[in-house]
Amino acid sequence: MSEIIVVTSGKGGVGKTTTTANLGVGFAARGKKVVLIDTDTGLRNLDLLLGLENRIMYDLIDVTEGRVPYKKALVRHKRHESLYLLPTSQTKDKSAVNSQQMNSLCNELIKDFDYVIIDCPAGIEQGFQTAISAADTAVVVTIPEISAVRDADKIIGELGRAEKDNIKLIVNRIRPDMVKKGDMLTMDDIDEILSIDCIGQIPDDELVVTSTNRGEPVITNPVSSAGKAYKNIVGRLCGENIPFMEIVPEGFFAKVKKIFKM
Amino acid sequence: MLDAIMKIFGKESKSSKDIARDRLRLVLVHDRANISPQLMEVLKDDMIKVISNYMEINERDMEVSFTNDNSSVALVANIPIERMKHSAEFKR
Ligand SMILES: Nc1ncnc2c1ncn2[C@@H]1O[C@H](COP(=O)(O)OP(=O)(O)OP(=O)(O)O)[C@@H](O)[C@H]1O
Ligand SMILES: [Mg+2]
Repeated sequence: MSEIIVVTSGKGGVGKTTTTANLGVGFAARGKKVVLIDTDTGLRNLDLLLGLENRIMYDLIDVTEGRVPYKKALVRHKRHESLYLLPTSQTKDKSAVNSQQMNSLCNELIKDFDYVIIDCPAGIEQGFQTAISAADTAVVVTIPEISAVRDADKIIGELGRAEKDNIKLIVNRIRPDMVKKGDMLTMDDIDEILSIDCIGQIPDDELVVTSTNRGEPVITNPVSSAGKAYKNIVGRLCGENIPFMEIVPEGFFAKVKKIFKM
Repeated sequence: MLDAIMKIFGKESKSSKDIARDRLRLVLVHDRANISPQLMEVLKDDMIKVISNYMEINERDMEVSFTNDNSSVALVANIPIERMKHSAEFKR
């Protein structure tokens, strides 16, 4: 069964694109055929996170406006051969694609792919409405800050209005040291407030930044706690029952390991 | 530091996370309610239906709203009664 997943958040900069890239690599590593669609037209980033920025020929708008078939615009990942990117345009804006075009594109794509994952722009304007229109599942990303959680609630309301009932929550950038001191909302707090099925908590991890620098999603890094969290999320999305990892401040040994890049 | 001192003297101050959680709970009640004033009307109509089984009320001056204090949110209804029905008239 193919699935169309949209990754969304309301508030900007909370980790949608990072999540999209990692889920894509994670599913592909399990042998699934995956296509990632960047819908953040005008502010494209997903190509950079995947290290594919130099291979782009055509984009989403070329496809939706019928200039090229979608297969011509797909960029295949270098190492994960069942992972493809459909990049967006860096020069057009979010009104360049509408929901109808998105729906017919996704209907084509699910014939060929196991997973279609859509990276949504921030906000609740047309770009958001277009990005969610074709999705079966919505993954809402938030961070443990009061404003991001409020925006997530708003997005959940909007998804409900669009009759998207399958909504999953990811809490990103948790800082174990702050949680321990009682200075940061936990996944359980947020889960209780939003009452949405939570499929993962991701620690704040420097390795997310270094892996972005390299264009290799952190899920491929075996020592990264964020990478491990993403692996668990991929498993849960595949229907596995994986217990949540404990968010504990990094021990001495893990720090040493990181210093020596083990 | 101040927190640590407060703890030593047995005055538990609320952690910033608890403050965030309480503030969020309240603001979301308002956000969610604000999303649809229509729903408030539906709720009001349902309340009128139920209460009218027992008493005649002044629907025009009826007020239903949310209020909050520091730790909880309440639905407050102010419903002027015109006439109490006799218990024999109650529809149950
Ligand atoms: N778990 C994490 N630990 C550390 N840094 C992170 C983590 N997740 C995301 N970041 C950083 O946060 C920044 C924003 O991430 P990202 O671009 O994925 O967010 P976004 O929601 O797609 O943003 P936008 O709304 O602009 O599209 C990036 O610099 C990224 O490296
Ligand atoms: Mg993004």
